[in-house]
Amino acid sequence: MKYVSEYRERESALKYAGLIGKMVTKDWSIMEVCGGQTHSIVKYGIDQLLPDSVTLIHGPGCPVCVTPIELIDQAAEIAGFENVIFCSFGDMLRVPGSCSDLLRVKASGGDVRMVYSPIDAIQIAAGNPDKEIVFFAVGFETTAPVTAAAVLQAEQLGLDNFSMLVSHVLVPPAIKTVLSGEDCAIQGFLAAGHVCSVMGYTEYEPIAEKYGVPIVVTGFEPLDILEGVHMCLKQLEQGRTEVENQYLRAVSREGNRPAIELMRSVFEITDRKWRGIGRIPDSGFMLREQFSKFDAGKKFKVSSHEVDEPAICISGEVLRGNKKPFECVAFGEECTPEHPLGAPMVSSEGACAAYYRYRLARKK
Amino acid sequence: MNDTRITDMICPIPLSDYPEITMAHGGGGRLMNDLIDRVILKAFSNPILDSRHDGAVLEAGKGKLAFATDSHVITPLFFPGGDIGTLSVYGTVNDLAMCGADARWLSAGFIIEEGFSMETLWRVVVSMAEASMKTGVSIVTGDTKVVDKGKGDGIYINTAGIGIIPAGIEISPSRVREGDAVVLSGDIGRHGIAIMAIREGIRFESTIRSDLAPLNSITGDLLREGLDIHCMRDLTRGGLASGLNEIASMTDCSIRIQESLIPVHDEVLGACEILGFDPLYVANEGRFVVILPRENGERAVEILRGHDIGRQAEIIGFVEKPSYADVLMISSIGSERIIDMMSGEQLPRIC
Repeated sequence: MKYVSEYRERESALKYAGLIGKMVTKDWSIMEVCGGQTHSIVKYGIDQLLPDSVTLIHGPGCPVCVTPIELIDQAAEIAGFENVIFCSFGDMLRVPGSCSDLLRVKASGGDVRMVYSPIDAIQIAAGNPDKEIVFFAVGFETTAPVTAAAVLQAEQLGLDNFSMLVSHVLVPPAIKTVLSGEDCAIQGFLAAGHVCSVMGYTEYEPIAEKYGVPIVVTGFEPLDILEGVHMCLKQLEQGRTEVENQYLRAVSREGNRPAIELMRSVFEITDRKWRGIGRIPDSGFMLREQFSKFDAGKKFKVSSHEVDEPAICISGEVLRGNKKPFECVAFGEECTPEHPLGAPMVSSEGACAAYYRYRLARKK
Repeated sequence: MNDTRITDMICPIPLSDYPEITMAHGGGGRLMNDLIDRVILKAFSNPILDSRHDGAVLEAGKGKLAFATDSHVITPLFFPGGDIGTLSVYGTVNDLAMCGADARWLSAGFIIEEGFSMETLWRVVVSMAEASMKTGVSIVTGDTKVVDKGKGDGIYINTAGIGIIPAGIEISPSRVREGDAVVLSGDIGRHGIAIMAIREGIRFESTIRSDLAPLNSITGDLLREGLDIHCMRDLTRGGLASGLNEIASMTDCSIRIQESLIPVHDEVLGACEILGFDPLYVANEGRFVVILPRENGERAVEILRGHDIGRQAEIIGFVEKPSYADVLMISSIGSERIIDMMSGEQLPRIC
């Protein structure tokens, strides 16, 4: 398929791997921030082409995984209310909360619908004036502009039966949290290409400078990732710590200005809890006061409670890049994609789920 | 003598796991297999059922019969490339074909919702009649029930079928051997994407048609050639990945396939890219794999390519000695990974 196959081509992949092999003189650890990149790396076996001296560490960039249990519980509770049509992206449906998930709510009679965009939820709201439509707004900066557009559209249409549970999270504060950790072993980053296609990469420049790490904005296909790794290693070998852009076909330094303006007009920055990591200051979006009537958390009376993560689960260590999924005793035993204990086993883009699916030795 | 009565048995899936059936229990992945293993087989276990073939192979006098059943609950009822009527006939005929049987007789059970259009019912029934003619089966018995409005999705159709297995044919996962070739009959993922596109209102540049097709003529040709076919499986829910896993899990071997050899139509691939699906897990209704001795592989491909629906047939891999996983794949860039059975259903990804 044009514009896809070229980036999955064996000969070019081996060429890049060869270049990397010739260039590296010592051990390096690079974190790919985004779950989509983790998925690609494990699915295509990109790490198998790299020399042993290069370690890829999988970061916290799966929005499904890091959505806190408390919010999943709220979603499940609201979705179970009579008269509510609960709309969500597909991969949030089976994410377990503390006692249920949205698929089970649906099985018990809740009206839970899978949508591809919040705009779909707006249409459902317009077509069902006697129902309450709630959209589960999850995702990084990539999906936030469309959520913002949906809020403005709801306002314009005067929809008072539409609201959303907002759990948008932001990448730069997570990178800072990872870098501020004690014994952080990460020497370079691959930034998430799709997030940067919206945000640009100016906000990564002070991070590279302050923490002395190279950051390469990178795409998601095997050759994108190999080129990103190559650019990052080249900086490390040369002692440079700059922000570079591998994903030229999608990302500009300034990003998508109208999208950024749209988000700023609807959301303000807030602290947010990340599943497996904990509270990160200024790491998420919430609706601005003038749009608070669209806040499902305020509209519906839902129980709020703190949920402890299972003690056996080392997802925090995995999400910070200190440990690999294999190092967890629950991995593939008590913890599987059917019964995940921790965040990275939840979505197919989580590091544990990707390892389970593509790497775990079973049976034979 | 085992004196446990069925009524004394405790449901083996702990209630805390899944107190209710979810859609994922019908998705063709691991949850569905769990349900079959732990509830259905647990209650009904017998040697014929436990062989977990596409149909049951029954000794009847001097010969053998194959017996299979399939229920059809598809939305929309009419889709590019077919409809529920055609599907309900081909589905069972194909299951019988996978046992090496010549499909002969079908039953048809209809569950129809009150208010369902008579004209639509007629279209469905005509489709079934045409599909029966095309595949050489007769619908010889049936049943019709009507349920209250709101208690069915228009129409559900169950078919069961009986076919005759020619003397000397023995096709079963237990015959799969190390060194066997794995032949795929054509490009994958069309049915699932065609249905998804309509159901979710996703439009592509041209319409993707379901691959729905009868397989009995093509399997008949393979058998007439005298090829020593060890196993066949039609790739329906759960796609190629689940089909291969089901076969491998019943043998002492592993299956290793090459991603670059698996044909996928560009538009199916494009749709999968947009939705975050893996074509290996997307449903088909007219594709199957044949596992047979390596030396017969090329000949099988030639025969398949002689049929319209087999033009893109390929040897996609081989059965190998037991490895760390049931099914492995060499990726397009040359690395190796596990092809696992799907967990529940494939769900579109956020980004």
